[in-house]
Amino acid sequence: MTPQRPLSQADGRSPYAIDHLRVIPKLHYGRWVSIAVIVVIFAFIIKAFAQGQIEWPIVARFLTAKVILQGLVNTLAMTVYAMTLGIVLGVLFAIMYMSPNPVVRAVAKFYIWFFRGTPLLLQLLLWFNLALIFPTLGVPGFEMRTVDLITPFMAALLGLGIGQGAYTAEVVRGGILSVDDGQIEAAQAIGMTRLTALRRIVLPQAMRVIIPPVGNEVISMIKLTSVASVIQFSEILHNAQTIYFANGRVIELLIVATIWYLFVVTLFSIGQHFLEKAFAQGRARKRTVGPIDNTPSGMASPVLTPGASGPAGGREA
Amino acid sequence: MQHAQKMVVAHGVSKHFGDFQALKDVHVEVAAGEVVCIIGPSGSGKSTFLRCINQLETVDNGAVWIDGELSGFKQTGNSLRRLSDADIARQRLNSGMVFQRFNLFGHMTALQNLMEGPVVVQRRPKREVKEEAMALLARVGLAHKADAYPSELSGGQQQRIAIARALAMKPKLMLFDEPTSALDPELVGEVLAVMRDLAKSGMTMIVVTHELGFAREVANRVVFMDAGMVVETGTPEQILVHPQERRTQAFIAAVL
Repeated sequence: MTPQRPLSQADGRSPYAIDHLRVIPKLHYGRWVSIAVIVVIFAFIIKAFAQGQIEWPIVARFLTAKVILQGLVNTLAMTVYAMTLGIVLGVLFAIMYMSPNPVVRAVAKFYIWFFRGTPLLLQLLLWFNLALIFPTLGVPGFEMRTVDLITPFMAALLGLGIGQGAYTAEVVRGGILSVDDGQIEAAQAIGMTRLTALRRIVLPQAMRVIIPPVGNEVISMIKLTSVASVIQFSEILHNAQTIYFANGRVIELLIVATIWYLFVVTLFSIGQHFLEKAFAQGRARKRTVGPIDNTPSGMASPVLTPGASGPAGGREA
Repeated sequence: MQHAQKMVVAHGVSKHFGDFQALKDVHVEVAAGEVVCIIGPSGSGKSTFLRCINQLETVDNGAVWIDGELSGFKQTGNSLRRLSDADIARQRLNSGMVFQRFNLFGHMTALQNLMEGPVVVQRRPKREVKEEAMALLARVGLAHKADAYPSELSGGQQQRIAIARALAMKPKLMLFDEPTSALDPELVGEVLAVMRDLAKSGMTMIVVTHELGFAREVANRVVFMDAGMVVETGTPEQILVHPQERRTQAFIAAVL
C-alpha cells in the first residue's frame, strides 16, 4: 500500500479497476437471531391455540353463517355511509374553519373541539338516547317521535359520521394549507371569489395530500363500527356476540369476527396502497423521467460507485 | 368622473403591516395606454403598491380608482360601503396580474390555465374561449405546449403562459410583479420580448421590475420608490440617466 503505484500492472489492468474483484455479501447476524426468537414465540402461541378449548369446526361453520355474513354486510355498509358523511362534513367544516367570518370560524372550531374531545362510545350513547332530551324531532307541523327516528342504524351513522367529520376536517385543512398561497392569489387575480378558488383551484390540488390519510381513516372506520355494537347496531361483532350468548362458543365466534376483520382490512390496505401510489406519483408522472429513475435502488446491489448513487431527490416534495 | 381618461389613479395610498408602514401617502396616476415601470430597492413597497391596485392587499388610507371606478368601496352620497367578495372579484377583472413565481395552476395544462378564467368566471362558451386561448398561446410562442403541465415547462415558458392567462381575461390593464426575478438569466429575454410586444400593442401596463434596461427601452414613465414612498417620477431618461434625488442616484449607481 505504498503510494508508489505502478501505472499499469502485469495483467494490463489499470490499478484503479475493481470490476474483477469479488464482492462478499454482508452477514446479517441480527436477522438470524430475531428469526429464531420469533419462531420460538410463535411455537408457544400455536401450541396454546392447539391445546386450548377451541372447537375449530365450529369456527369453520360460523365463518359463513348467514347472521355473520349479514353482520359483515352491515359493517361494510356503515363504513361507507359513515365515511361519506364524515368526508362531506370534514370538507364543509375545514372550509368554515378557514372562513374570514369569525362566527362561521367559531362554529367550526366548536364542532372539532367537541367531537374530538369526547369518546366515540359516549357520542354513540348520546345519539342513541337523544329521545331523553328531544322527545320529538322536526319542525312544528311535521314532527316525529325521536325513538322512531333514531334507530340503532341512525344513531351509529350520526355518531360515527359526525365524529369522523371532525377528524377529516383537520385532514382537509392540512391539505388546503399545503397548497401554495400563490395559487389562491392567481385565482383571485382572474376574478374568482374565495369559494370558487377553493373549489376549482385549491381543493383539486389538496387532494394529493388529503387522499392518503383518508384511506387510512377508512380502515380505522371498518374497525370502529364495532363500537356501535353497544347500541344494538347489528354489525359483525354484535352478531357474533348474539350467537355466543346463545350457544356459549365465545372464543370460536370471536375468532370468526377476527378472521373477517383481518380479511376486509387486508383487502382495503391493498387498495389503499395503490391509491397512495397513484396520488404520490400525481406530479412526478408528468415530469420527464431522468436516468436516476432507472438505477437500481441502492440496497439491492453492492454500491461500488458512490458518486452515481442518490436514489432520493427525484420526486418533488 | 374626473379620472375618466386615467386608467389608474392612486390617491394618498397608505398601508401598514402591524407596526411596519409599507406604503406612505403614495400618489401615482397612469394614463390609458401608458407603460409605467416602478423601480426601487427591495422592501421599498413597490410590490405592495401593485397588489393594492388589484386589491390583493386592502388599502388603509387613500383610495385607488381603476378606469374611473373606486376600488373596494361603493359610494352613495357621503358614505362609503365596503364591497362584497363577489363585487371585488368583479372589479379585479379590470386588471390582469403576472406574479414573480408564475403561479400557474399546477393541476391544469397550459391551455386549461388560459381557459379557466373565461369559462368559469366570465361564463363564456368553451369553443370560443378555446380558439382565443390557442391564439394567445401562439402569440407568446407556445402553441405547441398547449397540453403541457406547468411542471414540464421552463420558468420562462411558465411566465409567458402566465401572461397569456392574464390576457385571456381581456383586462384593461396589466400588472407585472417582478416578472423576471425568479428566472434563470438566459430565460429573461423571452419574457421581456413578450412584454415589449404587449406594450407596443397599446396595453396599459404597470411593471415592478429590476430590469432597468427594459424600463429605459419600453417605459413611458419610471417611478422610483424607497421606504414606502414615491421618491421621484419622470421619463426613463430623467430617472435612470439624470436622477435628481440623492436616493435615486444612489440606487441607480448601485444597480448599474
